[in-house]
Amino acid sequence: MYNFLIDIFGSPVIAFFVAAALPLFLFILPYALIAVLAERKVSAHMQDRLGPMRTGYHGIFQTVADILKLIQKEDITANSIDRTLFNFAPYLVFIGSFAAFAVLPFSSFFVGSSIDIGLFYFLAISSLVVAGILMGGWSSNNKYSLLGAMRSVSQIISYEIPTAIVVLTMVMLTSTLNLDTITNQQTAYFWNWNILGGAATGIAKFLLIPLMFAAFIIIFISTLAEVNRTPFDIPEAESELVSGFFTEYTGMKFAMFFLAEYANMLAVSFLITVLFFGGYHSPFGYLGNSLGIEWLVPIEQGVWFATKGLTFVLVQMWLRWTLPRLRVDQLMTVCWKYLIPYSVAILLLVGFITLI
Amino acid sequence: MKQYFINTWEGLWTVLVGMKITFKHLFDPAVTIQYPDVKPTMPERARNRLFVNMDDCIGCDQCARACPVNCISIETLKSTPDDTPGETSQGKKKALWVTKFDIDIAKCCFCSLCVYPCPTECIEMTKVYEFSEFERNDLIYKFAVLTPEEITDKTQKYDEFQAAKEAEKLAAAKAKAEKAKQDAAKKADDNPDKKAE
Repeated sequence: MYNFLIDIFGSPVIAFFVAAALPLFLFILPYALIAVLAERKVSAHMQDRLGPMRTGYHGIFQTVADILKLIQKEDITANSIDRTLFNFAPYLVFIGSFAAFAVLPFSSFFVGSSIDIGLFYFLAISSLVVAGILMGGWSSNNKYSLLGAMRSVSQIISYEIPTAIVVLTMVMLTSTLNLDTITNQQTAYFWNWNILGGAATGIAKFLLIPLMFAAFIIIFISTLAEVNRTPFDIPEAESELVSGFFTEYTGMKFAMFFLAEYANMLAVSFLITVLFFGGYHSPFGYLGNSLGIEWLVPIEQGVWFATKGLTFVLVQMWLRWTLPRLRVDQLMTVCWKYLIPYSVAILLLVGFITLI
Repeated sequence: MKQYFINTWEGLWTVLVGMKITFKHLFDPAVTIQYPDVKPTMPERARNRLFVNMDDCIGCDQCARACPVNCISIETLKSTPDDTPGETSQGKKKALWVTKFDIDIAKCCFCSLCVYPCPTECIEMTKVYEFSEFERNDLIYKFAVLTPEEITDKTQKYDEFQAAKEAEKLAAAKAKAEKAKQDAAKKADDNPDKKAE
């Protein structure tokens, strides 16, 4: 992709910026527009309501209208806030969630950055969000914001552990940290996906399947907690903390937090897709290959990747409108008493299986 | 230890049960009524805005007296025999001109107590419920059909009629008095001898 862009623009610098900005304009902004609307429609229909109906056909322009409204809003900054940190926090949060997209392989033609420590980079850079949240909450000089930020930080740090252990399991199985390589190991058909034992053969594959399912459930729960979504939304907790760490934010800064939340959801969904569901690979082979049209294959791969990622985003929404919020102690119980022991057990078992 | 696995299983299983329920509801038809576009049907005996059919009103004032919040004010004027308000739809003769029939719907408590005493069933609760206004005075509904000119005309007529009646009465009384006097005189004339005796 990068070389292709250099060919088009004739300058590595321009190509660099275009390649960096492409996921933002190609994926995240349209996705955020659609996802916010989808969230409202899904939640409404799950509660037998209709959701937004008045802007456009069945309210399809509601998010556009909301963004126009948010742009017009006054940017209120209270007197007693720490101005520098307060202004920087939303951008840091967004940078954290956006930078994670850099290593994701969207299709065989468009691999953001095929670095050898991709997984490590992903986990590390998405932890930057924690700093942004704490900055925003603390500098707001508001008890609700501070409480929300503290809860958020404790939650994200706790849930990093099961995520990291499951990722480590996958690293043991695939013996690489490069997300592109992990994807390419799961090529061809869906029985090569890691959730169905990956490319392993013989008895090991059947032993791996239940473990991979368990690992998938664990990483799904823990990443759900990391992106602060219900049932793990105690950092926001509308009914207790107004709206948590971004209580004091207005206008576009608020929109940045919102965008970051949705970008984060998509990023972790893509991570799960890459780790367990074959990344951009189609489960049934490609139309382009069978028809002999080669340029169609990368487009199909992009569509498959987006479909898989959005499926998990929809499941996250589905869970949000199904489950009530956990209490703080329940949250910690789920993480430390259930997810971590299970993930450690899976780590040991998978290590044992890969050894023999 | 056993409890631990039971907890794990129950945690996952109950989440799936909940997800199944919400998934079912995803395809249920929404119960929302798109209000300004689609109006909900009101129940059969819904009590909303009051309406008075002035053709049937006989100005009996019973609704105003029944009203617990005094939101109905009625003024009437007696009619003259040569210019009556006519009959109600049930053939009852109207004897009064209703010069004022105001309902202050802002005060109305929608108790429907004014509806029951009405002898001609001319005041009723309708199903209209959207009648908000910007001015409070616009909420005073004036049902009287007579124009101010007509009212002065009727008042004058009634006054004239009353005066004529009064005059007639006076004349009658005078005539009676005259007659009595004459009778007395006649009597006296008839029996002059008796008197003399």
